[in-house]
Amino acid sequence: MRIPAKAGASGWLALYLNEVPAFAGTRNGNLKMRYLPLTDTDRTAMLAKIGAASVDDLFVDVPAVARLDGPISDLPMHASEMAVERHMQKLAAKNMVAGEVPFFLGAGAYRHHVPASVDAIIQRGEFLTAYTPYQPEIAQGTLQMLFEFQTQVARLYGCVVANASMYDGSTACWEAVAMATRVTRRSRAVLSGALHPHYAGVVRTMAKFTGDTIADALPAIQPEPDLEGLIARIDDDTACVVVQYPDILGRISDLAPVAEAAHARGALLVVVNTEPVALGACKSPGEMGADIVVGEGQSLGVGLQFGGPYLGLFAVRDPKHVRQMPGRLCGETQDAEGKRGFVLTLSTREQHIRREKATSNICTNSGLCALAFSVHMTLLGEAGLRQLAAENHRLACLAADRLARVPGVRVLNSAFFNEFTLILEGKPAREIVRDLADRSVLGGVSLGRLYGGIAALEHALLVAVTETTTEEDIERLACELEEAIK
Amino acid sequence: MNAPNQSGWKPAMIASKDGMHNGPATTTGNRALMLEEPLLFEIGRADVTGVDLPAVDAAGPTRLAGLTRPEPIGLVGLTEPETVRHYTRLSRQNYGIDLGFFPLGSCTMKHNPRLNEKVARLPGFADVHPLAPQSTVQGALEVISQLGEWLCRLTGMPAVAMSPKAGAHGELCGILAIRAAHEARGDAREVVLVPESAHGTNPATAAFANYRVEDIPATPEGRVDVAALKARLGPDVAAVMITNPNTCGLFEKDFREIADAVHAAGGYVYCDGANFNAIVGKVRPGDLGVDAMHINLHKTFSTPHGGGGPGSGPVVLSEALAPFAPLPFVRKQADGTFYLVEEEHREERGPSFGRMTAFHGQMGMFTRALTYMLSHGADGLKQVAEDAVLNANYILRSMEDILHAPFAASGPCMHEALFGDKDFTGGLSTLDVAKGLIDEGYHPMTVYFPLVVHGAMLVEPTETESKAAIDQFITAFRAVVERALAGDEALKQAPYYAPRRRLDETAAARKPRLAFEG
Repeated sequence: MRIPAKAGASGWLALYLNEVPAFAGTRNGNLKMRYLPLTDTDRTAMLAKIGAASVDDLFVDVPAVARLDGPISDLPMHASEMAVERHMQKLAAKNMVAGEVPFFLGAGAYRHHVPASVDAIIQRGEFLTAYTPYQPEIAQGTLQMLFEFQTQVARLYGCVVANASMYDGSTACWEAVAMATRVTRRSRAVLSGALHPHYAGVVRTMAKFTGDTIADALPAIQPEPDLEGLIARIDDDTACVVVQYPDILGRISDLAPVAEAAHARGALLVVVNTEPVALGACKSPGEMGADIVVGEGQSLGVGLQFGGPYLGLFAVRDPKHVRQMPGRLCGETQDAEGKRGFVLTLSTREQHIRREKATSNICTNSGLCALAFSVHMTLLGEAGLRQLAAENHRLACLAADRLARVPGVRVLNSAFFNEFTLILEGKPAREIVRDLADRSVLGGVSLGRLYGGIAALEHALLVAVTETTTEEDIERLACELEEAIK
Repeated sequence: MNAPNQSGWKPAMIASKDGMHNGPATTTGNRALMLEEPLLFEIGRADVTGVDLPAVDAAGPTRLAGLTRPEPIGLVGLTEPETVRHYTRLSRQNYGIDLGFFPLGSCTMKHNPRLNEKVARLPGFADVHPLAPQSTVQGALEVISQLGEWLCRLTGMPAVAMSPKAGAHGELCGILAIRAAHEARGDAREVVLVPESAHGTNPATAAFANYRVEDIPATPEGRVDVAALKARLGPDVAAVMITNPNTCGLFEKDFREIADAVHAAGGYVYCDGANFNAIVGKVRPGDLGVDAMHINLHKTFSTPHGGGGPGSGPVVLSEALAPFAPLPFVRKQADGTFYLVEEEHREERGPSFGRMTAFHGQMGMFTRALTYMLSHGADGLKQVAEDAVLNANYILRSMEDILHAPFAASGPCMHEALFGDKDFTGGLSTLDVAKGLIDEGYHPMTVYFPLVVHGAMLVEPTETESKAAIDQFITAFRAVVERALAGDEALKQAPYYAPRRRLDETAAARKPRLAFEG
């Protein structure tokens, strides 16, 4: 059966379907694929052993209506390594590389310097090409790493137990809300207006289907977060309060009063962190009374990667909540000879055992990203993390002061770590960001991009500064911003 | 049959009397290349760092609202050489595809081409921010678009949602689209039917979306019981989730008939695409009546499993479900440029059920998977499915004379061969066979799954093994199975030669130690 060029494309769907661009694949019938070791002689011998006349006899159970009589016709044929690399290089060349221009984007994804040894280690085949450690006797490398990773994350967050990672910060955030509803047996979550809008969006999406109630809000554009307003929204049906720290506008404030207010009503405090480097300088969420701390770990080891794969971090402060946690947990044990070893444990929470009664449907985590995070954190150590945080903060202060001197620009935050909000006079920030990009400066993330169509937010620009930012970059941004804003 | 070892080694070379080749104890506990490694927290120090950072006066002026962190965090560091050595030693306690045959059923442990790794690391992909102005990331958006095109054409489906982060996340995407589609026409259905042989993620996903899950039995030949399924269909059934090829390694030959019946009853058909590798380029699920199917890029399309992720789980959708696809998605404009449809595009987003993750999906996996597809092409992918199925049938027919193969009479298997422990004696179990295979230098097959077969052993060789490698595996597998059939007590203590002997999982769960203390 041959395939129509555009299967069933109706008006709306046609927008999905574009054309596969012309690609110089090899179009001869002589298939010798570099990744397929079987030879025709092998295939013949194997078919003889099986007792089949041809390989198509092995597909006899496929109904005739679904059998194709040859390779799918509207796709290219196989191609050499060189041809494929060339094609992909051309696509890569169409993107503006963060490291080649003055770069100030953050809003949940931060550009940090990743030491060369991190990538060398994660490319070792024993890590790269291993599976989930179901056979612990031959997966101690992954398991010991996960145990160390869990310890690093728990300590960074001021918690006692962290899991072996989630997909990313936003899905970890939803899982925290879901966990809070299990722990409290309540179904209402109060979201801070200054929670990353994508995170809030994920929570809203999931809640639509689970039947939980989400009380959310837009960020108030003011120097400090409105914690009193947040506290006022907590009621006796509230399962959890979700607060980001530092928040989407880069602001930081003491969350202990929120923790107290939540606990007084029998609710949990969920703190979301999207910049783990901040916790090398700032008080940890656990120290402020957070019950569940989740976040994005991408800053350490993982890189920007256009948004994924990233690394969801998930930790709890109270050991009695461990059995309600989602995701894999690695634990210490002994082998039959008494040697210390590690296994995945408490799996009776998980889908492969509990099926529809599992704490989550999550199966895969972000193992290799967890390794990258852990190696980077090991290279930093406590001293290095503190230095890194201090350098981020120093440069951010420098940038805030310099940008505040640009006419028509005001720094909103009274406090921040490495990201802050500028209020721009005149044109919307989104237009200015595009204008800056035309001048080869990636100047920040506009709230207009994050909260499209909300006029009250459209003059705000988030600017992130890390150790990779140079003083020349800051000066360049200030000068181009001054031009763009005119 | 090939020699069990082609290196010149022969069993007679084992010197020790007990045949276990332990030799004298060493002072360090190391055994030559097998080096024990302490925990990071036992060798690192708080004041050691492996990176060079400018000295900043931490006590200098800050704008942290007084929220500093004076107490020790409890982290430790190593210098670069120590770090590299720590993780290199750990890596050597791991089994990966790069090391050997990894026939983990339903997980599709195929070779991970290194070109994919190289491409994913091009700065134009790796060093690009997800919220960069869209004019500066046209190449990235084009990758998403091109990969989506490949997936639509390979599956014969009209639309694809690219953002799900892994297979189970993709299942959630499909089930949410199904719920949204029902709700959009005011049809509140409560039940999702799942065959008992399904992956655990299927019922967990349906339950997460507030559906009641009901099991559908399997027939003795290892397929969905079509009569039972049809009898259960009705106005309360929202969807059926079927894995095809199924977890018994068989093609659901009545899939089209099932799909038609489900559609006639007003439900949708979710296909778990975990086993797509068996049919890629050969059969298009769209021709079978599928409404939604996730595709594990880390299985069929060779992105590395990384010790448990990251995965990537795009979901192809039928015309009926496509309007409910999650945000964001990529569109191409008439001038050839690409843009993201997000929350703010109130008309274009249509009845989308919303966002399931920050940003746009697993870009690093997209570049790898697209590279893989371009390398194989339509002809190569077809060959992938054929070789994967050929290898699995070869193993099935090379084992069935000594190992219980419950569905061997059901016809050819697809990409994996399923066995059971029925004939083992002396209290030996599937677990013992798995551990015995570890000693023989193999990663074991999937064990105790699917649940419909007692002591299940699910063997998936994939297409990237040579005949010699498969023959050697068969020799080893047969030898271990024969020990289990004979009731060989020694097998109960295996593995003997792995970095660890059997680990006490019960103790780990009874008194959990989930972080280093001290």
